[in-house]
Amino acid sequence: MREVAVIGVGMIRFGRYDKSVWELARDAILEALQDAGVEFKKVEALYSGNMYRTNLSGQQILQQIGLTGIPVVNVVNACATGSTAVREAYLAVAMGLHDIVVAVGSEQMGKMGLLGADAARREESVEGILGSGLMPAIFSTAGVEHMRKYGTTIEQFAKVSVKNHKYGYYNPRSQYRVLLSLEDVLNSRMISYPNTLYMCCPTGDGAAAVVLAPMSRAREFTSKPVKIAASVLTTDPYTDRVFALPDPNTMTRNAAKLAYEQAGVGPEDLDLVELHDCFATAEILHYENLGLCPEGEGGRLIDEGETEIDGRIPVNISGGLLSLGHPIGATGVSKICECVWQLRGEAQTPDRQVPDCKVALAHTIGLASGGACTIHILVR
Amino acid sequence: MTEAGTTAGEAKKVRPIVPYLKLPEKEGEEAVLVGVRCKACGKAFLGERLVCPACTAINQFEPVTFSRTGELYAYTIVHQSAPGIPVPYISAIIDLPEGVSVRANIVDVEPRPENLKFGMKVEMVTRKVREDSEGNDVIAFFFRPVEG
Ligand SMILES: [Zn+2]
Repeated sequence: MREVAVIGVGMIRFGRYDKSVWELARDAILEALQDAGVEFKKVEALYSGNMYRTNLSGQQILQQIGLTGIPVVNVVNACATGSTAVREAYLAVAMGLHDIVVAVGSEQMGKMGLLGADAARREESVEGILGSGLMPAIFSTAGVEHMRKYGTTIEQFAKVSVKNHKYGYYNPRSQYRVLLSLEDVLNSRMISYPNTLYMCCPTGDGAAAVVLAPMSRAREFTSKPVKIAASVLTTDPYTDRVFALPDPNTMTRNAAKLAYEQAGVGPEDLDLVELHDCFATAEILHYENLGLCPEGEGGRLIDEGETEIDGRIPVNISGGLLSLGHPIGATGVSKICECVWQLRGEAQTPDRQVPDCKVALAHTIGLASGGACTIHILVR
Repeated sequence: MTEAGTTAGEAKKVRPIVPYLKLPEKEGEEAVLVGVRCKACGKAFLGERLVCPACTAINQFEPVTFSRTGELYAYTIVHQSAPGIPVPYISAIIDLPEGVSVRANIVDVEPRPENLKFGMKVEMVTRKVREDSEGNDVIAFFFRPVEG
């Protein structure tokens, strides 16, 4: 396997746009190509993640940036769609199939509202009768399980939202740039106990892209190549309650173990973690799943400020999904873009540049009736 | 109108909301959840299966009828759902003694955290939730706290 480098990144600010989703993807790719100093004619393959417009998404994007006839792989893997596209691109370069490739994630959710709501309206639906299978309920119940096991409090979960919004406020690419107090978060409308409105990520439109090349050629394009030291994909293995309560924990733990082995680093070596905070409850679970603290101490980690930018292990300094937004196909790619900016020291505003950032981890999961988890470890 | 959980096949037909809910077929029977247990690894599942998702053994199942009482494992209280679905409601994970967990609404209690104790005993009840397009009563299962 060859060493693989990220040589260019691009991302549009997440939000709501009148443009088509393919134009959003175009804009992200053009920014990434410009960042890499690569013409699209040199790109050998495109890996395109989009969850709601799955069929031929990459070909639609080619119509916006150049019909060069290159191979396109269209990827869908729930909320891990974009990061799975990056992994496919990584594998193609690592195995020597291609040199210059692009992975792009895009999504246009506009005012779709609550995910799964359409299916829930169908006559045969069991939503609201046999509990809830909607996203807020899945991650809220997983949070309540953590409360049961370790006495984690609603205030501790709410502090995640305060923290991530604080950093999102300083990120020009963030969808919701608003500073929130703990009271603001706790007093906002309850969506699914214990997650209030500000503890749930917003939906929106977005796109993000990366350009990859073998490390041996990276310096032809950039003075600051970032190495992909690990790229891992897992699914949810059998665990005892998995059919009743989808399990975000075990697949993340399995992925983390593999990723640390592949990269030859441990959680103590990380300078930044961008993890999948689709709900505030999820972030606390993943502190433990990624080994950032011992079992049961996720609540203490947020209480003691250890995941703040000046703490022991800064987490979600992009603003996270809670503030940055979560246009599904784009999310996993955006986390990798953020790690690259931080590793290059290009986080744009001093308030959110992690000092001397050398090793960063990007984690994305998708979970409904089945799950997917990706972890990428990036090193400068 | 047919009472929920009474004998099927009277004037009006009833059908279960999911295949793993078995409605009573004669006088004196109760509705139960049914499934299978893998003889290779011992794991139990709601409903029918050919291959065990826990150990991959093929067709080594024996039928199981699950208890109507269990314990509350975890829950959420849903305050926002899809349009048309009444809120709030309690979406709970119930552990049954045969080693399977099931997701269900908890009913007959105000949906507030202080009313929900981890490990509390709950029992299954069945109720009509709607009519299907052929006019049959659709019966669902719920859990409620056990008195005392
Ligand atoms: Zn088995």
